[in-house]
Amino acid sequence: MSEAIRAILTVVVVLLAVLTVAGGLVWVERRLLALWQDRYGPNRVGPFGVLQVLADMIKLFTKEDWVPPFADRAVFILAPAIMVTTSLLSFAVVAFAPRIVVADLNIGLLYFLAMSSLGVYGVVLAGWSSDNKYSLLGGLRAAGQMLSYEVFMGLSLMGVVMLAGSFNLSAIVEAQRRIWFFIPQILGLVIFAVAGLAETRRIPFDLPEAENELVAGYHAEYSGMKFGMFFLGEYVGITLISAMIVSLFFGGWLGPWLPPLAWFVLKTVVVIAGFILVRAALPRPRYDQLMALGWKVMLPLALLNLVVTGGVVLART
Amino acid sequence: MEAPVLWPWVLYCVAVIAVAVGMVLVSYVLGERHRGKASGDPYESGIVSTGSARLRMSVKFYLVAVFFVVFDLESAFIFTWAICVRQAGWAGYVEILVFIAVLVAALAYLWREGALDWGAGTRGKGSGIRDQGIRD
Repeated sequence: MSEAIRAILTVVVVLLAVLTVAGGLVWVERRLLALWQDRYGPNRVGPFGVLQVLADMIKLFTKEDWVPPFADRAVFILAPAIMVTTSLLSFAVVAFAPRIVVADLNIGLLYFLAMSSLGVYGVVLAGWSSDNKYSLLGGLRAAGQMLSYEVFMGLSLMGVVMLAGSFNLSAIVEAQRRIWFFIPQILGLVIFAVAGLAETRRIPFDLPEAENELVAGYHAEYSGMKFGMFFLGEYVGITLISAMIVSLFFGGWLGPWLPPLAWFVLKTVVVIAGFILVRAALPRPRYDQLMALGWKVMLPLALLNLVVTGGVVLART
Repeated sequence: MEAPVLWPWVLYCVAVIAVAVGMVLVSYVLGERHRGKASGDPYESGIVSTGSARLRMSVKFYLVAVFFVVFDLESAFIFTWAICVRQAGWAGYVEILVFIAVLVAALAYLWREGALDWGAGTRGKGSGIRDQGIRD
């Protein structure tokens, strides 16, 4: 198989797989939440309700594609597109297995951080362009929260970078042959997982769309597939954070017996289920508690982790 | 390490943008259209809206934006150290310690000034931002 065909296949398969997983996650999440809350969840459409996703998609596509007359039309349409694009683009650097990666950038990790920063625009522009008070508040909250958590999200990963000596995700996975990084970098893992939850605005950090105060927050005025695109963005985001956690802390595709890709998928599924369990288990904090946690606890911890890891790495060489 | 091949990434970008544009277009074509009595009003839980949403926001959000610029820029310096920690050796380590100490001092200052406290808290008394009338 020539290199070109292989690359094109990778692009197509990665994109389709990510979209399918993100769509399927809607069903998985609802079923799992139902399981943990002693109810059935969607179980009517198709076997075990698997086709619920398809039904939802048909519904979203045929609902009115409403652009409010008071909204800033161009930005209003652009915002959900930014949301989907930035979260999907991050997958370009995720190494699913040896050589199964769209672009094996040697600044992969920086690229991922950059894309997750750009994701803020989708939310903020959506909140602002809707010209709705709920949306504006949601958008601002999202901006404050995502910017705050962005700061130590990068710092928490630098321990891994020090141990691996590279920003390249394949190299980081290969560096974990001896020991998976979640053991020396347990603090980094915890901080990154918290930051990841805040970046994807999921419960317990879903204050930008807290239903009982802001109705739906920044996407209150959205309908149809534009509304669906925000959800797609969120589910792609949670898949991305899980894939990153697996690559950076749990040895990516490394593992005995099974083929590399199978290990990667298996680990990612477990981490995603963990995030859904977090959603099922935790309540939502107040906004001031959220910001205080970010700046007063997580940022100093991330710096401490950095200093200690740097010292240990130097002492051992 | 040799330079990575970049054209698959460009292809991927085009595909992703095509997906996003496609979704918007398809829903525009398939979606129903209707016009009701109140469909032109902003949604405010059933209450008739007064004024636009171009409101003045709490200055706290601007503070967060400024802190983000300051701290994220400094973490960019830390990134460059992290990648070459072994080459930089103990000398580099001491330098980054000083750098991080300055960063922590700035954080401690902001903390003490109450810039990190959200809302009109009354905890502590000082000459901080909180007491100069800038509150949530």
